[in-house]
Amino acid sequence: MTHAAIRTENLGRTYRRGRAKSSKARVASPGDMIALQDVNLEVRPGELFGLLGPNGAGKTTLIKILTTLLAPSTGNAWVNGLDVVTETRALRPQINMVSGGESCGYGVLTVSENLWLFTQIYGMTDKLSRERIDRMLTMVGLAEKANTKVSHLSTGQRQKMNFCRGFLTDPLVLFLDEPTLGLDVNAARVIRTFVREWLAEQPDRTLLLTTHYMMEADELCDRVAIIDGGKVLACDTPSALKRRVQRYPMYEITLTNPQGKRSNFDPSMGIHQATWTATATEEILQVALEDASLIGYVVQQLLGDGARILNLSKIEPTLENVFVELVGHGITEKGNA
Amino acid sequence: MVHPVALFLRTVRARAYPRVIGMRRYPSWIVQEAVLPLLSISAFAFVYRAMEAPEQYIGFVILGGAMTAFWLNVLWSIGAQLYWERDTGNLEMYIMAPTSMMAVLAGMAVGGMVLTLVRASVILLSGWLLFHISFAPSSWWWLSGVFIVTLLALYGLGMMFASLFLIGGRATWHMVNLLQEPVYLLSGMNFPIRILPAIVSTFAAIIPLSLGMDAMRQLIFVDIEGLLPVRVEAAILFILSIVFIALAQRCLIYLERRAREDGRLTVRWQ
Repeated sequence: MTHAAIRTENLGRTYRRGRAKSSKARVASPGDMIALQDVNLEVRPGELFGLLGPNGAGKTTLIKILTTLLAPSTGNAWVNGLDVVTETRALRPQINMVSGGESCGYGVLTVSENLWLFTQIYGMTDKLSRERIDRMLTMVGLAEKANTKVSHLSTGQRQKMNFCRGFLTDPLVLFLDEPTLGLDVNAARVIRTFVREWLAEQPDRTLLLTTHYMMEADELCDRVAIIDGGKVLACDTPSALKRRVQRYPMYEITLTNPQGKRSNFDPSMGIHQATWTATATEEILQVALEDASLIGYVVQQLLGDGARILNLSKIEPTLENVFVELVGHGITEKGNA
Repeated sequence: MVHPVALFLRTVRARAYPRVIGMRRYPSWIVQEAVLPLLSISAFAFVYRAMEAPEQYIGFVILGGAMTAFWLNVLWSIGAQLYWERDTGNLEMYIMAPTSMMAVLAGMAVGGMVLTLVRASVILLSGWLLFHISFAPSSWWWLSGVFIVTLLALYGLGMMFASLFLIGGRATWHMVNLLQEPVYLLSGMNFPIRILPAIVSTFAAIIPLSLGMDAMRQLIFVDIEGLLPVRVEAAILFILSIVFIALAQRCLIYLERRAREDGRLTVRWQ
């Protein structure tokens, strides 16, 4: 029987105030922080699954539970069919995790020595670890820094080194917690490209990625779960999620009209929404149509009213739109993290 | 699937590596670690010489200085190590890995021992050159055996401290400081422990450093009377090393359970 790469069942985690209380205590006290609540997820083998949410949404807590670092307060979780609480010994060789912005390693050691050290705690042979280290450093463009002490690296270079660390042990399930946090555009692109290639190499590899970069989730993930306040609000493919917020095809038309006239559209024709905005030199019309073929009618109407069309484009919804629709605010808006 | 013994040994070697390589890359450590302690040892040696105390007393001080290096290493490097590992972000990587935390601690201990062995050797050598103290052990085998079980017991204690210090959180610094000075007295760093009141010297016997130094002094300075016969002290040290290592393992299991339940223990900036 094929099991899910990751499965959670009513998973919850409450951080208790004070030191003596067990996280298993059922009754929440004032000041306790509920980080996760009734999370039910299933990630298929070979999938690149994204967890999308603002800071404090519960993404890292979920990852820590799945990587055996944290015990759930309620519910259960399995990775590769192994219980994350009771089967840690069998599970740990199969997983790895990289957190963006982490600073692990020893400043006295070089990049390749640090990476070698972390392969040894997974029992890799020296030969295999050297081969993989060389390959990984080349892939992320850090080969020339292999013999540089970690204390002499820039933040971005150090982050790339930690990124390599996660892949070296060839885990079946890899957890990437905000892997491109703080990286420059080029470095982030290198990371994203590598992630795709790594998954494509072997079909049984699974990757769970947390991010609050919408574009990253949209570009990389097969499916995305949107999480906020410790709850999963939606889980689907990025395109299916986007369809949720855009029931009708939408178009944006940039135009000028020397006669200063704004066209009126008959709702009975299937024009569900027509919104005008004006700039200093031109006007922008956004229309939501019952069917994409109605754009012809809209264009004819505009031309008939004397407008000169400068640009016409279809509006594709983004995951940001989905997030705002579900959560009620943008992912980076302050006060909602 | 890698064999557990191979995994353990690889981890020990890997975790010892930063310590050992650090010695080579930053040789200035020798000034702080070996030359500076020699100054306080010299002070005691000159006092004993001025008082026309037996030459063995100066030998006591030099041996005490060398062995105390191990105690400081156990406290500051091994005991506080998990605390440092947490603050550098390494601890979660170790916990999440398939290796055992005992292997990680053993690696730290081995690295620490190598470093401190060099430091202790420098102190002994300098003492011998400066004060012309002759070391003539009655049995090299017994001396080596006592030295090894002393280190095992000491580093077992340090491995136990590592978990306790981490659980202690910010109080770690105070705990380390609290343990440092009294042990100088109770271990008889600069004098024979036998001159302490019986109740104090009995209590001191649970500190591996005290028993180890007393046994080694008896073996090196033949006509010295110790707290207990060497064989008894060696046996106690052997038992202590087993007890401390077993307790260290229990503490690690407790620590990991606490960390997973608490959710904060292994995270930076606590």
